[in-house]
Amino acid sequence: MTRHILKPALATAALFTASAPAVAQSLDEQVNQIFANSTGWFVNLIFSPFPGTNFPWIVAWLVVAATVFTLYFGFVQVRAFRHSISIVKGDYSDPDDAGEVSHFQALATALSGTVGLGNIAGVAVAVGIGGPGATFWMILAGLLGMASKFTECTLGVKYRNEYPDGTVSGGPMYYMTKGFAERGLPAGKPLAVLFSIFCILGAFGGGNMFQANQAHAQITNVVGDYPGWITGLVFAAIVFAVIVGGLKSIARVTEKVVPFMGVLYVLTALIIILMNFDKIGWAFGQIFDGAFTGLGVAGGMVGALIQGFKRAAFSNEAGVGSAAIAHSAVRTKEPITEGYVSLLEPFIDTVVICTMTALVIIITGQLVVDANTGNYMLNEAGSSIVTVDGNSGVALTSAAFSSAFGWFKYILAIAVILFAFSTMISWSYYGLKAWTFLFGEGQSKEMVFKVLFCVFVVIGAAANLGPVIDFSDAAIFAMAVVNITALYFLMPIVKREMKSYNARLKSGEIKKFR
Amino acid sequence: MPDKIVVGYDGSDSAERALKFAVEKAKARGGSLVVAHVLEWSPYSFLTPEEIEERHKRRREELARAEEALLKPVMDKLAKDKVPAEAAMKYGGVTDTLIAIATETGSSQIVIGRTGDREFSARIFGSVAGSLAQSAPVPVTIVP
Repeated sequence: MTRHILKPALATAALFTASAPAVAQSLDEQVNQIFANSTGWFVNLIFSPFPGTNFPWIVAWLVVAATVFTLYFGFVQVRAFRHSISIVKGDYSDPDDAGEVSHFQALATALSGTVGLGNIAGVAVAVGIGGPGATFWMILAGLLGMASKFTECTLGVKYRNEYPDGTVSGGPMYYMTKGFAERGLPAGKPLAVLFSIFCILGAFGGGNMFQANQAHAQITNVVGDYPGWITGLVFAAIVFAVIVGGLKSIARVTEKVVPFMGVLYVLTALIIILMNFDKIGWAFGQIFDGAFTGLGVAGGMVGALIQGFKRAAFSNEAGVGSAAIAHSAVRTKEPITEGYVSLLEPFIDTVVICTMTALVIIITGQLVVDANTGNYMLNEAGSSIVTVDGNSGVALTSAAFSSAFGWFKYILAIAVILFAFSTMISWSYYGLKAWTFLFGEGQSKEMVFKVLFCVFVVIGAAANLGPVIDFSDAAIFAMAVVNITALYFLMPIVKREMKSYNARLKSGEIKKFR
Repeated sequence: MPDKIVVGYDGSDSAERALKFAVEKAKARGGSLVVAHVLEWSPYSFLTPEEIEERHKRRREELARAEEALLKPVMDKLAKDKVPAEAAMKYGGVTDTLIAIATETGSSQIVIGRTGDREFSARIFGSVAGSLAQSAPVPVTIVP
């Protein structure tokens, strides 16, 4: 995911490396203050830790849900993995349906909405604070998250709305209303309304302002400081051209370049890892040792665990419900097939890409080891590991890659900007779907949302609106509270679909086309 | 079994030439035509969320437009000239889809027009005529 969501204070400290523009500082401060006062309780509620620990309950909520779904569906992410790949390859697609959205396309589009800053900056923060051991827990959480995605995306397709003109609308708000009604459960509609509200807030914030803000931070890192509203206006103009002007070509270029960037990123990481092949065994040793001992990091093993779980949960959006919107438009007779396809998403996002980032940081020796104890050296505050150049967040990843290839920081800057842009486009769509669910479809109503969205791009890039961003991050995770509640009630439906599909697959009723 | 000839048709001048050639062939041999129109499509291209949402609608529109503006006039004309013909319209890569249509209809040959692409792009990506000639299971006639 392109969003980089951390506990509020951490986010500000670790990632806002470029200083906030000094212009209109007093106005910003006023806005911040008013906003913080009115929304602080909500942020604190969502990100509050369990009493006596620093383990945020929202992380536990996501990981417990992922574990429940994993057990309930009998480790579907392992058993259906190969089948998922052959569905994506098109082995089960009827050639007569060519021209409809393929499983591959749905997966690629959903992925370009989730792969991004979280994979680049978030992992660096996790490893920087939790040590290499955080990687182990991140991978574990990513593997478990596959079951959450499977559940929500199956429901997203099953309960989408299909309109007479052939367009479709789907997502948690539709399975909450239709699915709950079908099972004779109450409160489907209030849940859906609540989800939609959080989704709109999350779209404006984490899916928009935060992206604009981080993109600007990256640009200033490379070209030097200049006012953020300039970046904001340029971004807003491009976003406006795409979502209001219907200028598909820009979006199409981005959607093509983003996967390319993702592949380039992984390949570069692989090359760096192979260049240091003698250290691969050592790096994995560090990851496993650190996972259970912490190797002296802040908070020890638990510290590593929290960081790993947090980054994975925040990076692949499993359980948040956004992917259910993205996947729901695929053309398939069997909703479960899209569930199978979507479970590859946390795998690619977290298990592959995040792990690459972590390995490169570890292997290139960015984390300073205390020669006396063999443990990692902590900074004076004892809150994170000392790095070679004192970097954290995106800068740490950038330094790790640049230590092998000096030019990579420019590529990384471009990648961050493109990832930010593609995430904005994706979230403008998620937000719009929630908006039309609440207010109904219609040109003028949709225009209100789209224009608002562009306004928030400028605000996000121009100011250091910490509290606003904290709030919208909280909104995204509030989506997960509502969504997972619904998933618990609806998971028997998914199980029924899965059993029926698997039986027909076995009997040969569902056949391969090639 | 009557002899069937697949002719790739997209309304262009070269396609018209191919059609004319195929009609003569069919008349001479007492065979029939399969007028094939391929809508270029790859299941591995990338789409935006909006494009995904509207895809089914667009597909219906594209098929209707191709049927109305392209295939129907041709089929009407062939019917008037008493040339036995059927139409085939499919999404996919041009080469593979023409081969699939030829195989499905049991046709004995494929006729396509040459676009005269000597451009840079054809050098890199190859031309339909070239790849069809290389991979078709039946004889291919390329009409200049």
